[in-house]
Amino acid sequence: MDFVTSILTITIRAGTSLTIATIGEIFTERTGILNLGVEGIMLMGALSAFTAVFYSHSIMLGILVAMVIGGLLALIHAFLTTTMRANQVVSGLSITLFGTGFSSFLGQRLGPESNNFRLVGLRAERILPFAPKWAKDIPILSAFLNQDIITYLVYLLIPLAWFFLYKTRPGLWLRSVGEDPYTADAMGIDVTKTRYFYTIIGGMLIALGGAHLSLSYTPGWSENITGGRGWIVIALVIFSMWNPARAVWGSLLFGGINAVQFRLQASGTSIPANFLNMLPYIGTIIVLVAITWWEALSKKVGAPAALGSSYMREEK
Amino acid sequence: MRFVFEKRKATSISALILVPLISFAVSLCLTALLLTIFGADPLKTYSAMAIGAFGSLHGFAETLVKAIPLMMTGLGVAIAFQLKFWNIGAEGQLTLGGVAAAGVALFLEQYLPGPFLLVGALLGGLLAGALWAGIPAILKTSLNVDETLVTLMMNYIAILFSEYLYYGPWRDPKGYGFPGSRMFSSNAWLPRIVGRAHIGILIALFVALVLWFILRRTRWGFELQIIGASQQAARYQGVAVERNIVLAITLSGALCGLAGAFEVTGISHRLQQGLSIGYGYTAIIVAWMSQLNPLVIPFVAVALAALSVGGDQVQMIMGLPAAMGTVMQGLILFPMLAGSLFTEYRLLAVKDNKSNLPG
Repeated sequence: MDFVTSILTITIRAGTSLTIATIGEIFTERTGILNLGVEGIMLMGALSAFTAVFYSHSIMLGILVAMVIGGLLALIHAFLTTTMRANQVVSGLSITLFGTGFSSFLGQRLGPESNNFRLVGLRAERILPFAPKWAKDIPILSAFLNQDIITYLVYLLIPLAWFFLYKTRPGLWLRSVGEDPYTADAMGIDVTKTRYFYTIIGGMLIALGGAHLSLSYTPGWSENITGGRGWIVIALVIFSMWNPARAVWGSLLFGGINAVQFRLQASGTSIPANFLNMLPYIGTIIVLVAITWWEALSKKVGAPAALGSSYMREEK
Repeated sequence: MRFVFEKRKATSISALILVPLISFAVSLCLTALLLTIFGADPLKTYSAMAIGAFGSLHGFAETLVKAIPLMMTGLGVAIAFQLKFWNIGAEGQLTLGGVAAAGVALFLEQYLPGPFLLVGALLGGLLAGALWAGIPAILKTSLNVDETLVTLMMNYIAILFSEYLYYGPWRDPKGYGFPGSRMFSSNAWLPRIVGRAHIGILIALFVALVLWFILRRTRWGFELQIIGASQQAARYQGVAVERNIVLAITLSGALCGLAGAFEVTGISHRLQQGLSIGYGYTAIIVAWMSQLNPLVIPFVAVALAALSVGGDQVQMIMGLPAAMGTVMQGLILFPMLAGSLFTEYRLLAVKDNKSNLPG
């Protein structure tokens, strides 16, 4: 039981950044905007959060800075795809390319002089897990209740996001913009404003996911700290069929793959580390194929109908 | 008075040329701002970059060295993007192409005499890239699996596999622990022209010409254009959509795989770290800046290669991170994307007259 609990603890810890970012991306895609900039925004979130905490010693400020930066990057995407009607795929890719390059540049520039202006190898305050006393000895449950504050917030965020999307009027408006912007417009919903708003909210949540990496999961800054997590998030959105309540299963699955990978490596298996490291990527492809196949068989479509297309009011 | 966008009947030629140039200028200005913030003199930095990339024969040869893989992968990506197949797996296709070429060069020496070893290595790279791209193409056409994610995940798999080989079974036992294979026999070396720049540049230019001809002047190219515009329209016209997509994406991967084969046979002469350094991602910028036109790709590839060589120079001379070149490349795309609106639409001022409104 101890073994299961410890695996589950790591799984949840690893899955936290994935879950937050997945929910952020679900909000964005539900309005019809595909944001492939997740990887770049997560990197910039991780970098800015760590830098801010390193200099200010305030975790709150670090999280705030990360979310502002994430919102700004998402704003660029919203402006390019909504106002300038640029191709959403290429715009998102540009955000990722830019975020990857810029975070690497800043990581060699923002550090203190004593560290040769680098951020790599520095230590700062981190978000620590804490557990309520009464839950310490209960197997399984103690895994859920031995986490940091961001994970506890995610426990709240999942039902709230689901409730907002499916049970409130603004949630309905948001979904209708992604399904049929022309009808939404006719109903009096401001399509452009809605898309801007939720793309920015999405960017803020995605950056918060990045901040969780550099402040808690793998504390500190290293180049490419996300290691493709941003892309796994895009897969998780598809896996969850654009429903925040299901986002948690995918995140746990991939968090679990991470945890198993750690465990196997620690136990000194004969499988080369490189093949173990392939697991999350192979897992993503398998899951993606399975979910697409299942969608085709059950004739269910999870994707918002207008996903990826820009809205031209003049071209009804 | 208010402004509306009206769709142009034909894409504007002047916008087609002006937009990339203005984007480049905007990127220079934004980066200058960034440099100033970090206390570096932008003019000094830019002149150091330009001298580094074009100021000497050695510098120019190095620019070509980086331009060759950018041209090949840029051409590969352009074919895929033409079909709206978002292949971002050029990096993995290049890496696996390099691995396959190295495999042929290292282990088939006794079966392939003389120049056949080189030809075999290049063909090996080409095939590996084609196969690696074929998997997402088949998944897309048969099951409609999202190709963006599959191609990207396959990058990570290919890179980890190549690392496994040169850290593990292919590692040179006499290499003093250096992560890399032993050197290929000189039969598998791609001839060089100047400095490290090899004849891959000529092959890349030739491929650009042929590809332009295929895409713009043949029936098959025309079919691909219809598929790119609308798969439904293509089906009505009796075009075999699925088969054409798989063929075109395999070709796209083959070019990226060949780029990898060029890298190992032309530059490193062994499989080692540094094969996968982001050419496959920069290729997306190359293809998009060239507006997917194969004849424009070589020029854009040289320009972006110059930014990267210049970035290395600036790191050596002025101590600025080489990643600055990458930042500049990224900054070109934003104005480029914003400007693409003007190639297809034109801004019109209309009088806000209530009688114009319907109903």
